[in-house]
Amino acid sequence: MMKRVVITGAGTINALGHSVSETLTSMQEGRCGIGALEFQDVDRLSIKIGGQVRDFEAEGRFNRQQMALYDRFTQFTLFAADEAIQQSGLAFDGELATTTGVVLGTAGGGVSTWDDNYRSVYEDGKNRVHPFVVPKLMNNAAASHVSMEHNLKGPSFTVSTACASSNHAMAQAFQMVRTGMATAMVTGGSESMLCFGGVKAWEGLRVMSKDACRPFSANRKGMVQGEGAGIFVFEEYEHAKARGAEILCEVIGFAMSSDAADIVMPSKQGAARAISGALKDARLNPEDVGYINAHGTGTAANDKTECAAVADSFGQHADQLMISSTKSMHGHLIGGTGAVELLACIMALRDGVIAPTIGYEEPDPECALDVVPNEARDAKVDVVLSNAFAFGGLNAVLALRKI
Amino acid sequence: MSIQDKVIAIIAEQAVLEPSDVTLDSTLESLGIDSLGLVESIFAIEEEFDISIPFNANEPEESDFDISNVAAIIQGIEKLVAEKG
Repeated sequence: MMKRVVITGAGTINALGHSVSETLTSMQEGRCGIGALEFQDVDRLSIKIGGQVRDFEAEGRFNRQQMALYDRFTQFTLFAADEAIQQSGLAFDGELATTTGVVLGTAGGGVSTWDDNYRSVYEDGKNRVHPFVVPKLMNNAAASHVSMEHNLKGPSFTVSTACASSNHAMAQAFQMVRTGMATAMVTGGSESMLCFGGVKAWEGLRVMSKDACRPFSANRKGMVQGEGAGIFVFEEYEHAKARGAEILCEVIGFAMSSDAADIVMPSKQGAARAISGALKDARLNPEDVGYINAHGTGTAANDKTECAAVADSFGQHADQLMISSTKSMHGHLIGGTGAVELLACIMALRDGVIAPTIGYEEPDPECALDVVPNEARDAKVDVVLSNAFAFGGLNAVLALRKI
Repeated sequence: MSIQDKVIAIIAEQAVLEPSDVTLDSTLESLGIDSLGLVESIFAIEEEFDISIPFNANEPEESDFDISNVAAIIQGIEKLVAEKG
């Protein structure tokens, strides 16, 4: 029998805040966390803005040995995992420890560790690097350190599907709890690509905006990168209920699809199949959905395709639902983005507040949906979706319900 | 090699054609160059001439750089090379 899956803990660090409450307050206020990038060699970039995490003093939080092993994406993950696990109230020992795992998403893993060490050997001409470069940069480092810190001995791994990494990861965690393979799962994702090499690589594609991220707005100029982590505790419903845990919302379904078409251009059909698949998996009618947290990157290719896919999947109801992109505020966290965006879904279900799409200036006839422009809105919604459509045509959509 | 010949050579290589098959009124679409191919060609041209081309793949038609056909591209590049001095 299928188990019900609920979220009992959430944690984050991103450009909007160092906690869930700070982040949700910022989203409610429609605050923009995007600003001038600060790191070595930023003057050699043509894209100089991003949603950077500020005032994060890793040295104070982690000791010297830990710092030698934790790339920034791991630091973000551990920081957010502490908040999520603390909120859940779970202590992992005995059987719970062996039936709880960690599935996280990241696209790049330890990008700044690659960057720093390439600089050291290529630019500075050094012939020796720190002995922990490999365990520090590997994509599964964050998941492994969470498992070690919190004694999680169940199924753990890292998913890497570019911009859909977190949604794919959370879908796996959901599936594990739903099928009874795990009692609880720590899941979500993180990314930290805001360093010279990380941004330089993105510049090459010429899809980055120099001034702002304006999803669905006719005058959009492209995407803006962010960084950070979003971590959640997914728990089997009866287990959570029995211990009187505070339940943030229920995860009720998901679907994945592949465009099988182009390495960068999205496909309406692929996106629509993931959306419809999530509705079917969660046994929903289109009319049940009140809000969609959009992938909404602020590129013409994504925004037009995504709106067309939503219109196709929802028919008449597409004009009734709200759809917003919080990337306008925290930037695109690439492999961590779906996790931070899930917070907006929780806010919609639990608090009845829909996060806005800020920076919205001009309607685009090809994105003629209610994109909740510029100001948050109070609204009661029972069911929400979270979209993620990755480079490589790999799509993952999650469905959540108020509880 | 003139600027025109160099640009045509780059575009021809991207399109997997002979330079003689690339005419001034050819459009990138008619040569079978898609959005990724275009970004790659622009990169190759920037490298060849050591210039920076103001092109945003997000909304090509909104860019300051005209890519409507091969002649327009060559003209734009000649201007950028001249400005470089």
